[in-house]
Amino acid sequence: MINSSLKQLGAMLAGKQISSVELTQEFLKRIDLHNADINAYITVDAEKSLAQAAAADRRIAEGKAEALTGIPVAQKDIFVARGWRTTCGSRMLENFIGPYDADIIERFDAAGAVNLGKTNMDEFAMGSSNETSYYGAVKNPWDRTRVPGGSSGGSAAAVAARLCAAATGTDTGGSIRQPASLCGLSGLKPTYGLVSRYGMIAFASSLDQAGPMAKSCEDMALMMNVMTGFDERDSTSLQREREDYTRGLQQFEGREKPLAGLRVGLPKEYFAEGLDASVAKVVQQAIDEYRKLGAEIVDISLPNTQLSIPVYYVLAPAEASSNLSRYDGVRYGHRAAQYDDLMDMYCKTRAEGFGAEVKRRILIGTYVLSAGYYDAYYLKAQQIRRLIAEDFARAFRQCDIILGPTAPSTAFRAGEKADDPVAMYLQDIYTIAVNLAGLPGMSIPAGFAEVDGKQLPVGLQVIGNYFDEARMLNAGHAYQQVTDWHQRMPEGI
Amino acid sequence: MSLNTADVKRIAHLARIEISESEAETTLHKLSGILGLIEQMQAVDTAGITPMSHSQDVTQRLREDVVTKTNQREEFQKIAPAVENGLYLVPKVIE
Repeated sequence: MINSSLKQLGAMLAGKQISSVELTQEFLKRIDLHNADINAYITVDAEKSLAQAAAADRRIAEGKAEALTGIPVAQKDIFVARGWRTTCGSRMLENFIGPYDADIIERFDAAGAVNLGKTNMDEFAMGSSNETSYYGAVKNPWDRTRVPGGSSGGSAAAVAARLCAAATGTDTGGSIRQPASLCGLSGLKPTYGLVSRYGMIAFASSLDQAGPMAKSCEDMALMMNVMTGFDERDSTSLQREREDYTRGLQQFEGREKPLAGLRVGLPKEYFAEGLDASVAKVVQQAIDEYRKLGAEIVDISLPNTQLSIPVYYVLAPAEASSNLSRYDGVRYGHRAAQYDDLMDMYCKTRAEGFGAEVKRRILIGTYVLSAGYYDAYYLKAQQIRRLIAEDFARAFRQCDIILGPTAPSTAFRAGEKADDPVAMYLQDIYTIAVNLAGLPGMSIPAGFAEVDGKQLPVGLQVIGNYFDEARMLNAGHAYQQVTDWHQRMPEGI
Repeated sequence: MSLNTADVKRIAHLARIEISESEAETTLHKLSGILGLIEQMQAVDTAGITPMSHSQDVTQRLREDVVTKTNQREEFQKIAPAVENGLYLVPKVIE
């Protein structure tokens, strides 16, 4: 049952083979058993979850169930939820109890899903290894000496260790896709503006986007149906017709060449120096599989790929330094115990409340936005951002989707890059440009690479044109019909 | 644009983060590495390129000027570090 798809779980609930309360209890029991070691959850509240499950059971009995009614979903601890402690992985918000619900929390509640708990993450979503969390590092369920990736590492580990049916994540520079790749699951960052940012604690507002993390493309399509939609409380939310992301999935089942007519672009920059040979091999095999399914492979170029990292490390810290100025110890969050005057209270509160990586990014952001530097840094970065977006626009005249690696390597060892921010930032070389351009991108399991005698998951990145999530999910679903990487589970869970 | 520890302390003050002498030293080293990375941008000719802030050509929406939120002061102040009579308490700023 722990490896069942959301659709299968829905059918079991509808057929009264299991109740939502029983299903929730089963996952809570698993969390009890494994979380002390894996540390995927920061907060679990069995009473709250079971109350939601009981309500879901009543709704199912009344015949008013929707696709996710009664299904236990883990929420990244970046989403404010009423009555739930919401820490964003920071000491700053250690005692912050959500006074309202984020838009996506409202949407999952309305769908009747059960909030199973709040998952661990890099502090304020700044990190690629989950080692910057104030609540301790998360372990990769495939090899517990290794990192799960980040920043949505808690959600990734929870899905990989089957400590939830599915989870949510957020992705500013790769924070859904890179942990999905390192933990062997499916994760999707939608087109910027499709999912409301209301109640999602802000990191870099022009890049942040929430999305699903689950076992398969089919599961993600069901979650996208719940998560997307216009919200007037988010000024960048897009007004669009509602879309059913599951509508095309079935036509890709049981056909000889389901991807005939699909043009797949391979950016040469994504297969150049810096990519581990073991990862390249697995990704190549996945591409061969797409070819066998009928896809036509086209060589493309994204010439400004290398520039995406410098551009990102101007824009994201600049926006973060502005967003995180709200943590002043006055209205909520941590306040230093001792201080002389107001200025001292701010400075001590922020010195104590933020961890080293968050402080570094605030300082970088403050520097690039300080008087006299705006044109040289922020403006310049926004100009190159357009060049990066134009690379993709040109590429999508030649192809329908882009395939490549999600991350340059498999999961690295805990502590390996923790002291070298620049090495850590290079983890996101293939994912960041997608956020800068505002495009949808996802990572799906593509196989395993053997590293030091262990089988470690490798993710295949799929990048689509704006609003092309359904096409990406359809193609991924076709691939998942002929492969079983997405159903593999780590040992010892 | 190479930084020194005095610059780091000035930036930290602008960001309202207390920083000790020894922290300023280690921070300087890490910030210099990141700024070195950022410096790659300067090689690109960006003359005449319109800066991009959003991928879609969207403009800010306007709404009717009507009350949409109710007062939730008590709810919000439950999580404040220090309040009195519905006001947030901070150290004295005016003598």
